[in-house]
Amino acid sequence: MQIDHGKCVACSNCIPVCPMGAIYIDPAVNRATVNLDECVECFTCYRGMSKEHLNPTLVRTIRGVLKYLRIRFDPEPDVCPTDALTPQALTWPRIVRQAFSDPLVPHESTGIHGRGTEEVKTNDVTGRVNEGEAGFTIEFGRPGVGVRFRDIQKMTMALAPLPITFEKKNPVFSLMSDPATGTIREDILNEKVLSAIVELKTALEHVPQVLQVVEEVAQDLETILSIGVATRCDGQGDNALEPMLKREGHEFYRGKTNLGLGRRPAAVSA
Amino acid sequence: MTNTLHRYGPPESFRDDFIVFIRNSNGRNDVGSIPKLKEFLRTALRHRPVTISQYRFGSTVRPADHLNPRIHWTRPVQDLTAEQIIEAITKDHTVGAIFDSEAAMEAFLREVKAADWGLSVNVAGLTAPVHACAKRAGIVRHSVEYSLGFQGALDRLPERPVLELSTMCGHSMLSPNLARKMLEWVREGRRTPEQAAAYLGRFCSCGIFNPARAVRLLEAAQGGNG
Ligand code: SF4
Ligand code: SF4
Repeated sequence: MQIDHGKCVACSNCIPVCPMGAIYIDPAVNRATVNLDECVECFTCYRGMSKEHLNPTLVRTIRGVLKYLRIRFDPEPDVCPTDALTPQALTWPRIVRQAFSDPLVPHESTGIHGRGTEEVKTNDVTGRVNEGEAGFTIEFGRPGVGVRFRDIQKMTMALAPLPITFEKKNPVFSLMSDPATGTIREDILNEKVLSAIVELKTALEHVPQVLQVVEEVAQDLETILSIGVATRCDGQGDNALEPMLKREGHEFYRGKTNLGLGRRPAAVSA
Repeated sequence: MTNTLHRYGPPESFRDDFIVFIRNSNGRNDVGSIPKLKEFLRTALRHRPVTISQYRFGSTVRPADHLNPRIHWTRPVQDLTAEQIIEAITKDHTVGAIFDSEAAMEAFLREVKAADWGLSVNVAGLTAPVHACAKRAGIVRHSVEYSLGFQGALDRLPERPVLELSTMCGHSMLSPNLARKMLEWVREGRRTPEQAAAYLGRFCSCGIFNPARAVRLLEAAQGGNG
């Protein structure tokens, strides 16, 4: 993301809006500027802010007078008054940032294959995770910290030797140079993204082992992990995962419940 | 995208936060799903949800590309009506309704079961009450995903009131710095909790930000507790 210095009036509205804290007023030019190394191309500033199309010279003059008189104008905080935020054309490897950070980007346009699975949300239709199995979503970077792929690789390399299967329809998987060792393409290791999710499946009895490795590696990371673990329930709606997690000392109370109302359409007979 | 899984807060902070959403499974049962998504939302409206939403479109608060400057004095806390959101469904995206009470959610789930749309319906929220409500509505849950919370460089996380607000957009579009600014503005009396919640909600592009919970959290700042 870039900011058009010809339009920017240094109102600072966009600064707190950026989840990465990548926008600042450059004192040398008195205009908002994006630290491109920290920007993850999430488009939050560009798309989330409302826009006015005011004349920059006029706005600067009014702001200058008010500032001289020590009067604080109290505008709407989510508005760029001059439409100064300007997306830049993204190429590889930087486009990886947008592919992982902007939930609205059409993924075909980024060259990254796989948008992540539907996780547990359609498990009643896909049967992706069965009784006796656990599906993990290990998410890096949220909330509001971001992650570079070299940190993700530390985790995927530690997980690869375990009795797990990485989910193949997952964008991080598509960027692994060798899924057997968990290594990720060299050319994107320094790219920073808002969030990336590693998905894997394992047998229920291996859940404690996976969680232990995740916990150990997490201590060595410069980012935050959000851990989700899913399973299929039995005919009464109970499951073996919940008591197992409690036995292991995990505290949890929130989650996503699939009510089992989805189905594939019945095959049409000839 | 696990956009509703990892909301932050103690259990009591989720007593008014149940997101019921419906979606097709791509390539498996998407044919003819759009009228079902619309019917889902219209059915939800009978049970007075806090808001309804459409993934990729948002909720009743939305950013605008051409604001009139008068808006600084006259901005409403709602930009669209529920019916406008429903009418805007043109693709088979996830749609959802957020409830602030178990009773309303349960009554809605009864209707959802009876409607039998054949699409996947999920509830994000406290798993035990959701399980109990579903049972009472005659639904046996199929699968469940538990949030085990955060690990790693926890010292990089912001403070709790900020996190409670910002994690309501699971895609992290809602910046912690903006949440902190809104808490300050409410504390300073510069905006009402409802206005601050609307500013924050406009950044959640899936529209699953819960404005009722946000207002409650922002009101705590008004009392000097936030
Ligand atoms: S909101 Fe727009 S005008 Fe204000 S500082 Fe940011 S880019 Fe500049
Ligand atoms: S695109 Fe995202 S990370 Fe980059 S400046 Fe805008 S809000 Fe910040």
